[in-house]
Amino acid sequence: MRLSIYRYDPDKDAKPYMQDMEVALEPTDQMLLDALVRAKAVDDSIAFRRSCREGVCGSDAMNINGKNGLACITKIAELKEPVVLKPLPGLPVIRDLIVDMTQFFKQYHSIKPYLINDTPPPEGERVQSPEEREELNGLYECILCACCSTSCPSFWWNPDKFVGPAGLLQAYRFIADSRDQATNERLDDLNDPYRLFRCHSIMNCVDVCPKGLNPTRAIGKIKEIMLKRAV
Amino acid sequence: MALAVRKFDAVIVGAGGSGMRAALQLAEAELKVAVLSKVFPTRSHTVAAQGGVAASLGNNGEDNWHWHMFDTVKGSDYLGDQDAIEFMCRKANEVVYELEHYGMPFDRTPEGRIYQRPFGGQTRNYGEGPVARSCAAADRTGHAMLHALYQRNVRARAHFFVEWMALDLVRDAEGDVVGVTAMEMETGEVVIFHAKAVLFATGGAGRIYSASTNAFINTGDGLGMTARAGIPLEDMEFWQFHPTGVAGAGVLITEGVRGEGGYLLNKNGERFMERYAPTVKDLASRDVVARAMATEIKEGRGAGKDGEYILLKLDHLGAEVINKRLPGIREIALTFANVDCAKEPIPVVPTVHYQMGGIPTNYHGQVVVPKNGDPETVVRGFYAAGECACVSVHGANRLGTNSLLDLLVFGKSAGEQVIRDLKSEPMHKDLPRDAGEATRARLARLDGQSNGESVPSVAADMRRTLQLHCGVFRFPDLLVEGVAKIKDIAARAARTEIKDKSKVFNTARVEALELDNLIEVARATLVSAEARKESRGAHDRSDYPKRDDEAWMRHTLWYKEGDRLDYRPVKLKPLTVAAFEPKARVY
Amino acid sequence: MVKRIVVGAHYGLRGWVVQRVTAVMIAVYTLFLLAVIAAQLPLDYLRWRGLFTHTWMRVPTFVALVALYLHAWVGMRDILMDYVKPTTLRLSLMVIVIVALVAYTVWTVQILWSL
Repeated sequence: MRLSIYRYDPDKDAKPYMQDMEVALEPTDQMLLDALVRAKAVDDSIAFRRSCREGVCGSDAMNINGKNGLACITKIAELKEPVVLKPLPGLPVIRDLIVDMTQFFKQYHSIKPYLINDTPPPEGERVQSPEEREELNGLYECILCACCSTSCPSFWWNPDKFVGPAGLLQAYRFIADSRDQATNERLDDLNDPYRLFRCHSIMNCVDVCPKGLNPTRAIGKIKEIMLKRAV
Repeated sequence: MALAVRKFDAVIVGAGGSGMRAALQLAEAELKVAVLSKVFPTRSHTVAAQGGVAASLGNNGEDNWHWHMFDTVKGSDYLGDQDAIEFMCRKANEVVYELEHYGMPFDRTPEGRIYQRPFGGQTRNYGEGPVARSCAAADRTGHAMLHALYQRNVRARAHFFVEWMALDLVRDAEGDVVGVTAMEMETGEVVIFHAKAVLFATGGAGRIYSASTNAFINTGDGLGMTARAGIPLEDMEFWQFHPTGVAGAGVLITEGVRGEGGYLLNKNGERFMERYAPTVKDLASRDVVARAMATEIKEGRGAGKDGEYILLKLDHLGAEVINKRLPGIREIALTFANVDCAKEPIPVVPTVHYQMGGIPTNYHGQVVVPKNGDPETVVRGFYAAGECACVSVHGANRLGTNSLLDLLVFGKSAGEQVIRDLKSEPMHKDLPRDAGEATRARLARLDGQSNGESVPSVAADMRRTLQLHCGVFRFPDLLVEGVAKIKDIAARAARTEIKDKSKVFNTARVEALELDNLIEVARATLVSAEARKESRGAHDRSDYPKRDDEAWMRHTLWYKEGDRLDYRPVKLKPLTVAAFEPKARVY
Repeated sequence: MVKRIVVGAHYGLRGWVVQRVTAVMIAVYTLFLLAVIAAQLPLDYLRWRGLFTHTWMRVPTFVALVALYLHAWVGMRDILMDYVKPTTLRLSLMVIVIVALVAYTVWTVQILWSL
């Protein structure tokens, strides 16, 4: 199969270039990641992140034929050749397909991504009804792969100030948790023209999420709660 | 030029479940801790655990820790240390509740309590029938748990060194561990982390096999470092084959599928587990089920064109239950097996999944080695927890959902032990004069190597060797041959060459260094397996089909130096209750 | 000066609500206007001009146009926030937009009430 891979090693390249290569596949190679591993066996300098190879760790997010996705769950058979592979857009490239995700995680950390509940914990679990637990579905499954945030124009323009779809999905995950007591603080923090309201419902995030999650809906829910609080 | 030195109270290597549970303990005690990880913490392999974490909460039917302890001892085929097993089973409820308080999104019972499902080998009243002991968040328990732990660590302001790969232990003249060398992957810079305590939580090494449910990163780094530092590895012959890996792809399908009511079929549509385990059937422990499946395939009753797999049927559960309790499985089956499991069965084969052995520790997470007649002398400054450690609670076979419990219980207890030790010995010991020398030599060898072999080809040979010579069923001639082969491959691994010499995020270098670790594990596995002349748990030999408690109820210790083997007794005495005497293992 | 990223202006919701409320107002007015025009067909300049001498026409028109200006303000502000990074330049442009929109408002009054 034919691959066209974005190459850049600051240690030796003056500027990035695209490398075309032909990779011989084995019959067992189903996913794009399998092809990349084959390519790396031929040219060991191709750099990309990978780990679980089943779509749960979020390591191998990249731009595949113009669309962000995970290489390990992208089927080779469904790709148009040559497959053009580029690093996730909008983040600084460290090398080849590896981007610097500092800004992405900074935004994730900025929403206080942990349960806040200052009452003394009971001996057992904090009780939560199945219906309350249901609220967290579609939120907690996020794997922090950054496909969504790096496909969001609002995040491209303001990665330092706009939390981005991934961070906002997690912000809502804690707002929606019946055990969390910091809803007010969370809403105060997000009530800002940049942090939350840069989202213009472009919905690229929904389009690319490899786990089928819907950050736009979560963002809508945050706005709804904020409005409810204000009026 | 000497390596740069950074000083911390404690260094934790690995940020999966056990590493982060320990980090939390230390960070909340306001210690200066560095947590090194090859990947961003939530990408650690704990994330892929599916079915649940064991604790006898009794939310879905009566349960207690005595039953859990019995199941674990029996599951281990009586090779587990009963003091550690009692410790783990008694601590289970506490650590699971803590996790819930951290924000873990467990599924709920109608009463709002943590939802629990049955799992293989987990029984009520000492083996009478299945019990719901596995606390679950759909079929994404590991993901939910790892994220909850990371989130809690963010709150506790733990200091993570992300994309740093630990390379070698630093021991001083007295044999105490005083630090670890590590490389920042982004820059290629190598640093000595000087610490009063080094805790390994580096996970397993399932990547020594070709077909594995494990992530690419599961390369046994902690085990390789330990072996190179002259510390033995324990019980490395015991590798768990998970009954249900997707045929061909190796991706895990949780035992929770069978816990929710799914079952296995051979090509005749026969529910064959009824023959092998009449009482609990498909919920027998994993070694038993994996062997039954392999037998069915071997005897020509496998499904598929070449009779190469078994069918896992769950469509009778209905789309609603599948979408609610097993949504991830449906996704995986669609992606990797092109099968909608709400309509048709999933093709599965036993696939390497978990390493029961590891770095020998006691239940406080302290690494212990035999010295001067004492089988358990503590290596000062060195701790291990999680899959890389052999406490040993899993013995010869681990029960499903006991691994996530292991991470929590022993991550925490290792953290607590570090805190205790730092109180009694508050000063750093000096680094030896030659600290970091071994690492520098290794890196210099790799950078200067010419006419060497490529890393992927040596690694592929290693994996094939393990797959062929040390599988579900083991044969004496294949084992002997395997030992010779792996020694040869180990020699080749010492001459690997990488073309890429860049300093920036050099993943070729990382993979070469990982192979150094894998190869130690592979050697330990084959040498230990060849030597153990009995069948116990996951170790099944054709020439010695029976368990031999007289001669072999003991732990193997493998030393890298000369592939030397030593043994230490199994601890049969629990902490407070009466011991479970060895019995025949029937499910 | 060290570059420091500051956020937390706490008026995000207001802007967002204003934009949505004004959008609805503009939409309603558009329907209203279409209905009025439909009722007045065939429409020539004199009838068109005459329409706006009625208070029931002037007030909604004025309200709708003010809504349009407010709507434009939020939109323009967002565009300037995305694309104009230097604070002084951005503030200057914002002031120009505000001045223009205020001027339009005054102009609207002038036109509507001079008919």
